[in-house]
Amino acid sequence: MSSETKNTVSTVKVTIDNITIDVPAGTTILNAARMIGGDVTPPAMCYYSKLEGSGGKCRTCLVEVAAGSAADPRPMPKLVASCRTGVMEGMVVKNITSDKVKEARAGVVEFLLLNHPLDCPVCDQAGECHLQDLGYEHGKEGTRYEFERRTFEKEDIGPYIQLHMTRCILCYRCTYVADQLTDNRVHGILDRGDHAEISTHISKAIDNNFSGNMIDVCPVGALTDKTFRFKNRVWFTKPVYAHRDCPDCCGKVTLWQRGDEVLRVTARKDEWGEVCSYEGKPGWICNTCRFDKKSASDWVIEGPANINRHSVISQGHYTGLQKPKETLPEVMGGRAPKLMMDIHDVSEVNKIELSQLPGAATGNDFNSPAAKEA
Amino acid sequence: MSLCFSADKLKEVQQIIARYPEGRQKSALLPVLHLAQQEFGGWLSTEVMDYVAGLLQLQPIEVYEVATFYSMYNLKPVGKHLLEVCQTGPCMLNGSEGIVAYIYERLGIRPGETTTDGLFTLKTVECLGACGYAPMLQHGKYYREHLTREKIDELIASCSAQPVSASH
Amino acid sequence: MGRKLLLEKAHVAGITTYEVYRREGGYRSVEKALKSMSPDQVTEEVKKSGLRGRGGAGFPTGMKWGFLAKPEGVPRYLVVNADESEPGTFKDRYLMEFIPHLLLEGMITSSYALGSNRSYIYIRGEYVWVAEILEKAIDEARANGWLGKNILGSGFDCDIYVHRGAGAYICGEETALLESLEGKRGNPRIKPPFPAVKGLWGCPTVVNNVETVAAVVPIINDGGEEYAKIGIGKSTGTKLISACGNINKPGVYEIDMTISVEEFIYSDEYCGGIPAGKKLKACIPGGSSVPILPANLLLKTAKGETRMMTYESLADGGFASGSMMGSGGFIVLDDSQCVVRHTYSLARFYRHESCGQCSPCREGTGWMEKILWNIETGKGKLSDIDLLWDIQRKIEGNTICPLGDAAAWPVAAAIRHFRDEFEWHVLHPDEAQQRNYGLMHYADPIHVPQPVMA
Repeated sequence: MSSETKNTVSTVKVTIDNITIDVPAGTTILNAARMIGGDVTPPAMCYYSKLEGSGGKCRTCLVEVAAGSAADPRPMPKLVASCRTGVMEGMVVKNITSDKVKEARAGVVEFLLLNHPLDCPVCDQAGECHLQDLGYEHGKEGTRYEFERRTFEKEDIGPYIQLHMTRCILCYRCTYVADQLTDNRVHGILDRGDHAEISTHISKAIDNNFSGNMIDVCPVGALTDKTFRFKNRVWFTKPVYAHRDCPDCCGKVTLWQRGDEVLRVTARKDEWGEVCSYEGKPGWICNTCRFDKKSASDWVIEGPANINRHSVISQGHYTGLQKPKETLPEVMGGRAPKLMMDIHDVSEVNKIELSQLPGAATGNDFNSPAAKEA
Repeated sequence: MSLCFSADKLKEVQQIIARYPEGRQKSALLPVLHLAQQEFGGWLSTEVMDYVAGLLQLQPIEVYEVATFYSMYNLKPVGKHLLEVCQTGPCMLNGSEGIVAYIYERLGIRPGETTTDGLFTLKTVECLGACGYAPMLQHGKYYREHLTREKIDELIASCSAQPVSASH
Repeated sequence: MGRKLLLEKAHVAGITTYEVYRREGGYRSVEKALKSMSPDQVTEEVKKSGLRGRGGAGFPTGMKWGFLAKPEGVPRYLVVNADESEPGTFKDRYLMEFIPHLLLEGMITSSYALGSNRSYIYIRGEYVWVAEILEKAIDEARANGWLGKNILGSGFDCDIYVHRGAGAYICGEETALLESLEGKRGNPRIKPPFPAVKGLWGCPTVVNNVETVAAVVPIINDGGEEYAKIGIGKSTGTKLISACGNINKPGVYEIDMTISVEEFIYSDEYCGGIPAGKKLKACIPGGSSVPILPANLLLKTAKGETRMMTYESLADGGFASGSMMGSGGFIVLDDSQCVVRHTYSLARFYRHESCGQCSPCREGTGWMEKILWNIETGKGKLSDIDLLWDIQRKIEGNTICPLGDAAAWPVAAAIRHFRDEFEWHVLHPDEAQQRNYGLMHYADPIHVPQPVMA
């Protein structure tokens, strides 16, 4: 071995949950863990690799540093935010192998949910909400909070983005989008402490061709697409990749369809829930693509979107769908099982095709002679 | 009517900006907001904040963010005399709650309220760094310390007697 | 009578003016440093003195100065932290109000050592009149050639500016202070990078407490070694203690860190005892963030030794049975005070002052406040006490800045040492609204286990 390796890009060796990996010097612990992937990767609610300065705030990515470096193998006294701590040669990190981390993280989840309204049943973000995932994976069942939850005055921030401040976890990502993608920021963090809120202060419409990206970076349902509001649950929609030749942005999007109707347009997301990059550049999309191109004919459809198979959205498979094998007829030699009773004979409800009704079903629908006949 | 600092005050703003290196005029925001609050009626309206933003070449939101963060900026109109009673630990040990109660007895206002004549606003605040001289309150620029009922009486009497705004 | 280095001249008539201050020997340290010492020699003296930061953390000042990055062509800054806001602490105000030139003198000498040509005093916004006193003193110093270009012909330029905050305890945290000085919200920065590398406007910066910078004056005048002779062990020099609460003589005292806590509370030279014949129940010896101690553990350590007013002795026993010197805000509670109510008031303070940036502090401080209010008003449950303990544990160490710890420690210590008072509140909700728990056993002598002889 010669000592002439100085000019090459230096790498450092870091061990995370007993898995050792070589990463470029200057990488953060979180990004090193993402290179390993899987459960070793700490969750991140505020860090966003494409937004400079983000991270450090939510504390969900706290990890234990069991050895600071090969040169100084002392452990770090406190848990550190993995998104903002760089790796050192010989560093040993414990994430899911640390009880301290698991406990602290469950604490952070409890804090994040403390004043959260838990209005998932009416929240458009449900099904693609990082806070739902976080609570499910790292939280505890139930809350110990017995007080009234915090509320805010409602604020209208224009025709495209719906702001629900009660759901906000103050990750600051949207302010970085406004700072880094748009030419002047009109919203920000007002007030302080537990009353800090996202606001424009003057109910000003956020109007900028790239403002819609705030919706994509929002980890919760605080900023949602007003043009999609209450239109559908995301898991009933069909996500497909599409593109168009856009003069303002990359034009690469995900269309969320129901039938042929385009209900929503978003940027494409990678496995960490961030917008995908193309040739090293983040694939932010413009508001024209997002809000105005709501017809399938505006787009060249590429095919079904990649959705994590653990996501509720992938419950609606569209291609390669494999129905589970019907085993009963098989074991019974091709005969159908004999039922004790036919449920359709007992329940009137099942005779009505709910989807055929013009509006919501009422008692009359079931009691009418037509229903009985059907 | 668009508001504007007087020529004197504009000069003061320039002096404040000069305390910081070239291009760092944003640093002047806190002192200029103090000045604006003092000049424009004891509180910061959106109009005032927008004016300050213009003076310092900032986006208005940068000013709103800062003004709402710090507790000394009033974002709603306050009475001519703002009485800010400290209620934190050491002041509490020395009877700050009694002072707040006595002000209510005298003026009929609770923390956050203003007298109907617009003369007094009462606020409770957290530690003002006068723990050894507790209980205390801040009245305009000055601290009133070692408070007693008599001192509150005196303060109310002297404020009520003033014909024009002397506190700032 | 202890030795005084900072406040010795504080009561000389007219000492706030330049003439009197100079006549009394002021600005000698600037002369000595600029004429006969290199910047590194000044830093070396400060290192030798063993001076520790007087703001609360007690970090060795010389070492902090040594960390300052010195890249070519990049300005460096000294920022004095005068955002004194820790409940119980009012010593810096005293120093600035009564002997402002001492701070300026320390700043010029320190700026010379650090190479700061533009130094700032970040003073809490409420100290309006103190800022005016400082500005007047700065004008006087400038008029007499101690500030400006080429001071004393040394080639060193320096100017000092006062920057008023606007009401935010969090700005006492050094990176929040720098944000605020840059005209932003006082959100603490995520470290690293530390201010010594990237501070004010991205330049290397040292942030020191008022008292720390003032202490540089006697260190340079008398030499670091002389300074280090005062005090015990690593607690060198003198320390300003601001005493308040239920004592006969609240005020600011300069101690030379050789006296006991008992002497400090009861001697007429200092606090003068507890008023109205009441008894000492508890004390927070270093500002509201540090652990509260019951009378017995305050006066003697768990080992039965006399507790001294030093960094080490106050911290003896760790958090299990000790506390901290902190910022020197000495809060005394007599036997008519309620620890639950007092803890509630501190919890409310920290909730009010949380910047809201990171979730454990933003959400946890408010939660603790609400639970404490329930307990205080007779609506608490026994399980609430355990819940409080768990919440504080989940805040401590998991936040961006030390405000999380500062909010967690008072609650933890109150439960640790006064759990029976909390339980009494829960079990006797009606009685607790009528009267306070009282002294009970909090001043009883501590049983010190004797080693078993073979």
